[in-house]
Amino acid sequence: MKETPLSNCERRFLLRAIEEKKRLDGRQTYDYRNIRISFGTDYGCCIVELGKTRVLGQVSCELVSPKLNRATEGILFFNLELSQMAAPAFEPGRQSDLLVKLNRLMERCLRNSKCIDTESLCVVAGEKVWQIRVDLHLLNHDGNIIDAASIAAIVALCHFRRPDVSVQGDEVTLYTPEERDPVPLSIHHMPICVSFAFFQQGTYLLVDPNEREERVMDGLLVIAMNKHREICTIQSSGGIMLLKDQVLRCSKIAGVKVAEITELILKALENDQKVRKEGGKFGFAESIANQRITAFKMEKAPIDTSDVEEKAEEIIAEAEPPSEVVSTPVLWTPGTAQIGEGVENSWGDLEDSEKEDDEGGGDQAIILDGIKMDTGVEVSDIGSQGGPKHWKNGADAPIILSDSEEEEMIILEPDKNPKKIRTQTTSAKQEKAPSKKPVKRRKKKRAAN
Amino acid sequence: MAEPASVAAESLAGSRARAARTVLGQVVLPGEELLLPEQEDAEGPGGAVERPLSLNARACSRVRVVCGPGLRRCGDRLLVTKCGRLRHKEPGSGSGGGVYWVDSQQKRYVPVKGDHVIGIVTAKSGDIFKVDVGGSEPASLSYLSFEGATKRNRPNVGDLIYGQFVVANKDMEPEMVCIDSCGRANGMGVIGQDGLLFKVTLGLIRKLLAPDCEIIQEVGKLYPLEIVFGMNGRIWVKAKTIQQTLILANILEACEHMTSDQRKQIFSRLAES
Repeated sequence: MKETPLSNCERRFLLRAIEEKKRLDGRQTYDYRNIRISFGTDYGCCIVELGKTRVLGQVSCELVSPKLNRATEGILFFNLELSQMAAPAFEPGRQSDLLVKLNRLMERCLRNSKCIDTESLCVVAGEKVWQIRVDLHLLNHDGNIIDAASIAAIVALCHFRRPDVSVQGDEVTLYTPEERDPVPLSIHHMPICVSFAFFQQGTYLLVDPNEREERVMDGLLVIAMNKHREICTIQSSGGIMLLKDQVLRCSKIAGVKVAEITELILKALENDQKVRKEGGKFGFAESIANQRITAFKMEKAPIDTSDVEEKAEEIIAEAEPPSEVVSTPVLWTPGTAQIGEGVENSWGDLEDSEKEDDEGGGDQAIILDGIKMDTGVEVSDIGSQGGPKHWKNGADAPIILSDSEEEEMIILEPDKNPKKIRTQTTSAKQEKAPSKKPVKRRKKKRAAN
Repeated sequence: MAEPASVAAESLAGSRARAARTVLGQVVLPGEELLLPEQEDAEGPGGAVERPLSLNARACSRVRVVCGPGLRRCGDRLLVTKCGRLRHKEPGSGSGGGVYWVDSQQKRYVPVKGDHVIGIVTAKSGDIFKVDVGGSEPASLSYLSFEGATKRNRPNVGDLIYGQFVVANKDMEPEMVCIDSCGRANGMGVIGQDGLLFKVTLGLIRKLLAPDCEIIQEVGKLYPLEIVFGMNGRIWVKAKTIQQTLILANILEACEHMTSDQRKQIFSRLAES
């Protein structure tokens, strides 16, 4: 399926909101979304949720022959896949650009930074080494895949246990998990990617962009760092020009964020370790809360409502209390009536009093042509909505029309000068409805069903 | 005589088909069969019982019952095709037996004729626009189906359109227009430039569009706003400032998961601040 296009008004709104330092979900500029890490029953399996973006990571190992030019080193293999359930736009064969970019970035971040000691993966030099394979699957795409994927990869690697091996002379013994506890991989440091999205040619910056922000961004800067403040990888895409101090500032922010995330990861690993040791239940099934509704559930979004106070007070102070609007038909002459008050006459200034009826559907459109007021029908002020209407021609009490399915126009500020329809001669002109009421609320309602 | 007949009825249906009246408001699952009111008497004591013919012209039991979304006719009965709650609406004018439908929840929209939706113009081709409405295919919208259509006032690619479907079935691409049958716009057409578009579930849209929706009344009391609801799950909101628009969008999205008490709390908190 094609991706849902981004409309102009969304793009404009997002850019304007970013200029005012407001994000859609109420975060601040440098805030990350909630990160949730859960582990599976096997070692090396984890799911990382960054807001709604979800990545599943799985690590596995195998004994193979080493590469010819690296006879004493193990082999690392990374693979990130964009599953079709992540977004409707991901189809087999259609994702190549993004996929290649993400995979390349993952490789540089994890392999070139030498976070895993590959020498320790060697069993028999030149013959048998461990091949560690990290598979990452994107389960849901809500922006910032690279961060979530890097967290998932490093967490899965830290969580993984490989079978124990012992070498005696020429004999290599591979122990099953039952015989000997599997051993963890030896990991030097934990590189984590932090993404920065730039808008308006580098003027505005956001950390951890979500999907809509990614669509309107100009460029992306990814910095992979570990908690010792060593930069493992840095990549800038999108072709924006960045100043040196911008890059330095981003790296400082990345340092702070990486420290927080690393702490979170270590805590999660520790918790899982504890649960396994104590013999408690672990796994994905346990990480789902019991007896709680989780479908259609939303996390609370902190929304800043501080501005609203002043605005709301202003508006309330200026506006008069809304009055009841009752649609009553006004009988002009036998045969012509008017329902409600129309908008400004868009046909221009006319000599004859003419009001276009705006309320009511096509069937009820009644156009008044050249009302001659000398028919003796006196109508008192129409402008004041609310308050009893006096029917001099002996009509019944105001008729309340049934729920119309059509457009309902409710004007919050009644006229300052209620219009009076003067009984007039043919040359008099009727006052028109004042143009543009300052506060108008228009509801376009379509009844369901 | 009655026993084997009723057993036969059970084995045919798998489980005893229930009367629609008794299941109103309860959750039904796909595959269930429902009996309409006039068929209950026939099924009660067993299908093969002879009933005396009534010679006086009492109301013949053939009332016209409308089968709404989630239900399908299956012989004489209604077959449930979606899971959800069964609802019924009495006929307004007294003719017919009313409407039965299943209130279900989903996020993916399927175009239905007559629905008013918000679409995004994606392309111009020939003399039609291609409009993305969230369905499986983009809908086509002719250049001329606007009120007062001229060469100057056409929508551009990327604009938002509020229109209704005139053709929407599973065999053809849907077609939409922005005028009603009398040729007037009636609120349809290009939606203004500012504002925020966001997506919610279809059930929430129907809830918000119900005649006496409290949520809309309460939201309207907060501050002036413009709102357009599309039956395809899209809502367009505009308020005076960006902050207010964001608050509105978040409230409407959250309304789905809140009970009415929680909602009242939030509104009162907002009204104070």
